[in-house]
Formats: sequence, C-alpha cells, structure tokens
Amino acid sequence: MSTDVSTHTKATPPSGEGGAPPTGTPVVRVLLDGVRRNMRQYGMLFALGLIVLLFQIWTGGDLLLPRNVSNLVLQNSYILILAIGMMIVIISGHIDLSVGSLMALVGGVGAVLMVEHHLAWPVAVLLTLLLGAVAGALQGFFIAYVGIPSFIVTLAGMLLFRGLTEIFLKGQTLGPFPEGMQRVANGFLPEVGPETNYHNITLLLGLGLAGYVVLQELRDRRRQREFTLDTLPTGLFALKVTALVAAVLVTTLLLASYKGAPVVLLILAVLLVGFGYVMRNAVIGRHVYAIGGNLPAAKLSGVKDRKVTFAVFLNMGMLAALAGLVFAARFNAASPKAGVNFELEAIAAAFIGGASMSGGVGTVLGAIIGGLVLGVLNNGMNLVGVGTDWQQVIKGLVLLAAVGFDVWNKRRAGA
Amino acid sequence: MTSAAPGSPAPPGPVLEMRSIVKTFPGVKALSEVTLSVRRGEVHALCGENGAGKSTLMKVLSGVHPHGSYEGEILFDGEPCHFKDIRASEQRGIVIIHQELALVPHLSIAENVFLGNEPARRGIIDWRASLRRASALLKRVGLDDHPETRVADIGVGKQQLVEIAKALAKDVRLLILDEPTAALNDEDSAKLLRLMRELKDQGITSIIISHKLNEIARIADSVTILRDGRSIETLDVNDPGTTEERIIRGMVGRDLDSRFPDRTPYTGETDARPALEVRDWTVRHPLDRGRRVVDGVSLQVRRGEIVGIAGLMGAGRTELAMSVFGRSYGHYERGSVLKDGREVRTRTVPEAVANGIAYVTEDRKHYGLDLGDSVARNVSLASLGDLARRGVVDGHEERKVAERYRRTMNIKTPNVLEPVGRLSGGNQQKVVLSKWILTGPDVLILDEPTRGVDVGAKFEIYTVIDRLAAEGKAILFISSELPELLGMCDRVYTMAAGRLTGEVAREAATQEVLMRHMTQDTPVPPVATAGTAPTEGQHA
Repeated sequence: MSTDVSTHTKATPPSGEGGAPPTGTPVVRVLLDGVRRNMRQYGMLFALGLIVLLFQIWTGGDLLLPRNVSNLVLQNSYILILAIGMMIVIISGHIDLSVGSLMALVGGVGAVLMVEHHLAWPVAVLLTLLLGAVAGALQGFFIAYVGIPSFIVTLAGMLLFRGLTEIFLKGQTLGPFPEGMQRVANGFLPEVGPETNYHNITLLLGLGLAGYVVLQELRDRRRQREFTLDTLPTGLFALKVTALVAAVLVTTLLLASYKGAPVVLLILAVLLVGFGYVMRNAVIGRHVYAIGGNLPAAKLSGVKDRKVTFAVFLNMGMLAALAGLVFAARFNAASPKAGVNFELEAIAAAFIGGASMSGGVGTVLGAIIGGLVLGVLNNGMNLVGVGTDWQQVIKGLVLLAAVGFDVWNKRRAGA
Repeated sequence: MTSAAPGSPAPPGPVLEMRSIVKTFPGVKALSEVTLSVRRGEVHALCGENGAGKSTLMKVLSGVHPHGSYEGEILFDGEPCHFKDIRASEQRGIVIIHQELALVPHLSIAENVFLGNEPARRGIIDWRASLRRASALLKRVGLDDHPETRVADIGVGKQQLVEIAKALAKDVRLLILDEPTAALNDEDSAKLLRLMRELKDQGITSIIISHKLNEIARIADSVTILRDGRSIETLDVNDPGTTEERIIRGMVGRDLDSRFPDRTPYTGETDARPALEVRDWTVRHPLDRGRRVVDGVSLQVRRGEIVGIAGLMGAGRTELAMSVFGRSYGHYERGSVLKDGREVRTRTVPEAVANGIAYVTEDRKHYGLDLGDSVARNVSLASLGDLARRGVVDGHEERKVAERYRRTMNIKTPNVLEPVGRLSGGNQQKVVLSKWILTGPDVLILDEPTRGVDVGAKFEIYTVIDRLAAEGKAILFISSELPELLGMCDRVYTMAAGRLTGEVAREAATQEVLMRHMTQDTPVPPVATAGTAPTEGQHA
C-alpha cells in the first residue's frame, strides 16, 4: 500500500472547507461584487449614457430637446412593451417569434371593430386584448402541454397571424381610429392647476417618482444591513441616490417643458413597475426564473412548469395586443404590414438588456434599458441622417458586441 | 476486411500490461499503482464497487484520458503505448464499448457500423461495399436484421450487437465492454455472453466490467478486483478457490475511515406503523418500455428510523426513489405508496411534497440547484407557497429563513445572496438539504447525500441526518458507500437489477453480507438477516 488519500484516517473534526470569502478592502470588494453580479445591466446603462452623450454632441443638442425626448418615448413605446413580455419569455427559456404578426392582427381586428362596426373604443380595446391573450394561450398550450418547441410554434404563429391579418383587412389599411384611441397612443397627460412654464401633473409625477426612488433605496439598504450583507459606504450610497434622482428630475423637466408626459409613458411605467414586482416578488415570477434556470431541478421542487409556461405565453400575447393597439393608434391606421420584424427588435432588446440564451437570467428593467439603447440609436441616427441601411448594420454590431462582452466577461470570471 | 486472424504469429506473454497506473483528478486520487495484466485470447473480468476505478482505468487504456494525464506504463503486444485520444487506441485495435451506447439512432445499422470509418473512394461513400461488409459483420455477431434498418427500430440487445460489429469493423483485437448486460433482459444477456465466447474463439481478447458474479463465473477466465483505486488481486476463475465469497471479500473490505456521530439505534417497536410504505412498486424504462427498471419493490420506513438502500450501478435505487417522488422517472406500471398506513397519491411532485415526502437528489448540479441563483432562492424554491401571501413572496421572511439555515446547517457562504454555484460541493449539498428540510417533510429520501463532499462536511451531514431521525422523521438513505450505510442505518435493503434482493438488520450487516446481496439478481434467502422481519408477503 502506498501513501495517499488516507491521510484523514481517523476522526477529523467537522472543520470547514475552503469557502473563505475573498479578501481585499471592503469598499472595493462591494463595488466589484455588485458590478460583477449585474455586469450586463450596469454595462448597458453605462453604454446607454454614452450613446446619449454621443448623439447629444453629434446632433448639436437636438437629441435631448424636449420635443425629441417626447418623440423618443412615443416612437419606442410599442417595442418597449414587447420587450417586457419578451424578456419574461426568454427568462423562462423560450422564444416568441409571433409577436410582430400578432400586433398586426390585433391592430386589424381593432380597426374593423372600431372603424367599420363603430364599437365604443374602450370595449374594442378590451376585446382585442382578450384576443391577444387567447392567441398567446393557444401558442402556450402547444408549447407547454403538447410539447412542441416554442421556436416552431411561434414561427407557425408568425405566418398564421400575418396571413389572417391580410385576409381580415383584405390587404387594405383601415382607419382612422376614434379620437379617444389616438389620445392614448399619441396624447399627453391632461393639464390642471395654475399656469406655469411647465406641465404641472408631469412635474408632480416626477417629484413623486423621485421620492419613491429615495425611499426604496433606503429600505433596501436597511434590509441589507439587517442581513449583515455588505452595503455601499454612505458616501457612495448618497452619490448613487443623487444620480438616480437627478436622472428622474432631468427627464421630468424635459418632458414638462414640452407638452408633458405622454400617456403611453404612464402605461409603460405601470408595466415596468408591475412586471418588475411580479418577477421579483411573486411566486409565479420566481417560478419563471426557476424553470428557465434549471428545468429538471424546478420540476423536482414541485414547480408546475407547464402552467407557468402557459401563463408566460398568455401574458406575451396580451402585451403584444397592447403593443399592436398602441402602434395602430399612433399611425391612425391598421395595416397588414404593421409590426414586421418587431419580434426581432424585441428579442434584440432583451438580449442587449441582459437576457441569456439558456434562460433563467434577466430583469424587466434590463429589457427597458436594452430597448432604449436600440431606440436612442434609431432616433439619433435618424437625426444625423444615417440611412436605414447603415442603421441596421450598426444595430447588428451593437447586439453582437453586447452579448459578446457578456460571454467574454463570464468566461473570464470562470463562472 | 478480415479481422485479426487467430493464426497470425503472436509474441508470447500477456497481450496487455498496465503497470503502476496513477491517475489523479483535482483533489482525488482515482487510481493508485494499478496493475492489470491480460493474457492473449482470454476474457478478463474487472470487478469492484461503484467508484473503485474500473471505468477510469479503461478510460486510461483507451486514450479518453490521454497519455501524459496519468503516470505509469501501458504495454500492448509488448510495445509501449502513448495514446493521445480514442482514435489512436482504436488504430491499435483497442475498442471500448461504453454502457451508454454510442450509436446514432436515425442512421442505419450499416451507417453506424462504419461511422467515422466509411468505405469510400475520394470522399464518396461506396454503398455497395458498405452493405456487403456490414452484412458479413452482422453475420459474425449473429444479427439477422437488414443492414439498412434504422438503429432506432431495433432493441437495446441488438444495438449492443451493432456496437460489437462496429468494433469488429475496426479490426478489434482487445474489446472492452463496460457492463454490457446492465440494460439487457435475460435472453439478450445470454446471447451476448455466448457471442463473447465465440469472439474469444476467433482470437479476440476482451475485458468485461461487470457487477454480476454469476456472469463472471460463466464467461470469464480471470478476474481482477479493484478497490478504492487500487488493484487488489487477480484470480483465475477456473481455480476452485475462486468462489463468489472470495471475490466479494476482495471488493469490499474498505477501511471504516469515516467518523459517524454516536447514534442511538432505532428503539421503536418493530411492528409500529411505518411512516412510509411502498408496495410492489414497478416502473418501466422511459424509452425502452419493455424493460422494468424497478420491479416489484416493497419496503417500509418507520418514524425515527434510518433505512439504507444499497446497490451497485444500475440496481435501480435512484429510479425507485425518483419514481416514488411524484413519478419523476420512467413509466409507472403498478404499486402504491402509503403514509402512516393510509394510501396517498404521489402522482406529481406537488402531491408528493404535500404528503410530506422529500427527495434529495444524487445529482445536485442537474436536479437539485439552480447554480446561478442565490443560496436564499435555492433554499426557498420548494417552499415558496408557504413563504408567500396571496401569491407574493415575503422576501424579508425568505432571507431570514435562509439566514437561519446558513447558521444551523453551517453553510459557508459570505452571505445568502451569493450564487450557489460559487460554494463548495459540501456546502451546496447543505443548501439542497436545507431546501427540503424547509418543506417540513415526514419522510426524507436522501440519494447519495455525501457524494462529492469532503470528510469534514460529511460528518456535519451525518449529524444533520441523525438529528432529523431523532426528531421523528423517517429517513431512506441511498448510498454507494457501504461503510456509510453500516455507520448510519438501522436496517439496509439491497437492490440488484431493479429488484429488492435482501433486507439486513444493523447487527447482521457487514460489507460482505451486503455485497453478497448486491451482486445477485434474485432475492437471497434471508439467512444472514436472522432477527429481523424480512419483507414478508409480496403485497399484490
């Protein structure tokens, strides 16, 4: 017998194993840890800032003109709505290629109901949202319960919904929409109160939001303390909160000095907060992460994976319907060609915003950031007169760079 | 293509010699000073417990672990070998057939036989030559299917023959079979063993890894026993002194080097109503429905009792556990689960959990944890419903709970928000255990709970298991390490080939007794288990 493994022949006390925390000055470590954990999101936030700055200079200050900021929101609202749903789909480990076509179908049905049958617009909106939910649920049924891969099901859906739209609209565009509909998609919040140089409601909302952000950050910090987690040093924390508040207030002022906050911005904010909360705190949201992160483990933990998958696609259908309505109302007509390639924009937004191809990773906020990166690129390049040909090239490169950076970063971390 | 002719002049001496092979994986010495000598034209069996190093040794031989990644010397036909990959060893005529067959199901038999070795002229496949030669090879292995049949359309037994034909196509001189009969029924096994005899007559030397001692007695000429990465001895099977007992003694006899907490054995009444009872549990393979992976298993565990399940690879232990736990494996055929004497539904995981059953997987990376997610979220995943009010998880409570388990289970992590993938194996295991203890089960099925865990953490896990039993939980403890079962369990069931082959009480249990039961595929009459009630009465 040679000498080897049996060095611990007798009674080793239950000593620990090598899980010692990394050493280094706490401040640096906390920062590095935080940044590393949310590398893609921080990276993209930084990139977004950089892109904004770049175009602000390049356009001679046109990018952040109040009117253009308003425009930016209106132009990208439907992609952002799609991106929220798409992010959730991708977190669950699936993909949805049908949303662009579904948008067109919903817009078409909405137009027929409102323009041809003169249905009251709120009723028509409810019906069309329901239609989106049903379409999403159907796809979800085939994916979750029949077991056909989502790529195939939604590819079929993409063809099917597009074809149905053409049939339904007989190849024609249909409009105009009732005024109420248009106001939702293109309009701004109503104005009340005394005459100022700014839009009062928008200002109040902005101040409220800033207050909420501060409270939220303080609460998080208190929680972290409670669990003896590492927290940012007070100075840095103050800096972070100040930066957040400043960003909120600047955006508010920009919007308020034009016509105020667009109605869709409010819708977007509600979706962002609502879905963000659900994905973070609701059981179903956590189950979405679990099935995307490790499906067998989730199943063995009692997660009803089929129900969750079904719900994810139902939800995506409803959000696609909402995006379709906003899109149709914005252009005041339903077209059979509406929403072509929008699914790809939404998917790109989700990946730029931190989603992972294998699922289980990503945040709703990330989807918004990713969507804004693409949106600002579009808008900025339009302002400086870059053609759509080059716009596509540049957006492709940005997507490749964003995901490539993430892959590289992960490999380097060895995780 | 004619195979290695028996008449070719062969140098005397052993065809294969492996000398002082040492193979180290990070932190583990898998093989130390292993010596293996195989005579020309014999069938040589390799025997040993799970993890004894059989597969590793064969991977070293076949170039899966390339030259330079191990120490020692390999001589084939008296010449030193430095294989850098499988291709290199195959060129010398050493072919390994793994337990999981390496066939492409949607290609034909002929295409599979010549995969990577296609008869071709300037890159274009010569189909006529391919079919002709495939037919000849199939005849040699006794397979009468047409060579253009899809592999997916023939049974596992025939697929095994296709693998051998594939080996013959490569002019095999040393054929290595890793548990070739593990997935076969009795008839196919007999056929395969007969074929190995025939190949032997044709001058092909083979090495067979097997757990079935009767199989070894039937076909092998000699047997080498490995234990804990060492070669213990090589025996001549035809020597009257080589009994099954002798082989078993060589396989076990592992040092009792782990420490166990002082445990008061189960003192409850033996006729107490069991917390968990499984009756006549029978499950078929998920893909090969003709095969029973678990066959008529009945067992019981009482509150406060730790009951072991011993068995070698492929015995059906994990399959039994996973199928009982919400039918998470295979196709259910029959059987019932009783909790406290009352039949309960465990058709889905949520039902099993609701009935107080928890299953801690043997494969925590694939079935137990989401490695990218935090410790807290992994701990809470199976109990989110309890931590939530109206569908919203109380994140505060969740972290408090995780924090509590971090302390009581001594999980070493900077904080509970750390991704669980960054923890060591032992600490990951504690996270999986915490997750299931949190569900508040009455019955815990622990599948290899100390696999890949260092000695210190092992002791901690034993202590936790002990504490759970003391709290009145029923523990079903599946393990490949016999000393662990002897050290922890009040009773041990043994399994082989999907069937329960024995039940041994703590007092009667030794490594030899357990191994004897584990290497038989029919139940052994309970001679050694005097004093306990064997699983009487096969409940219908």
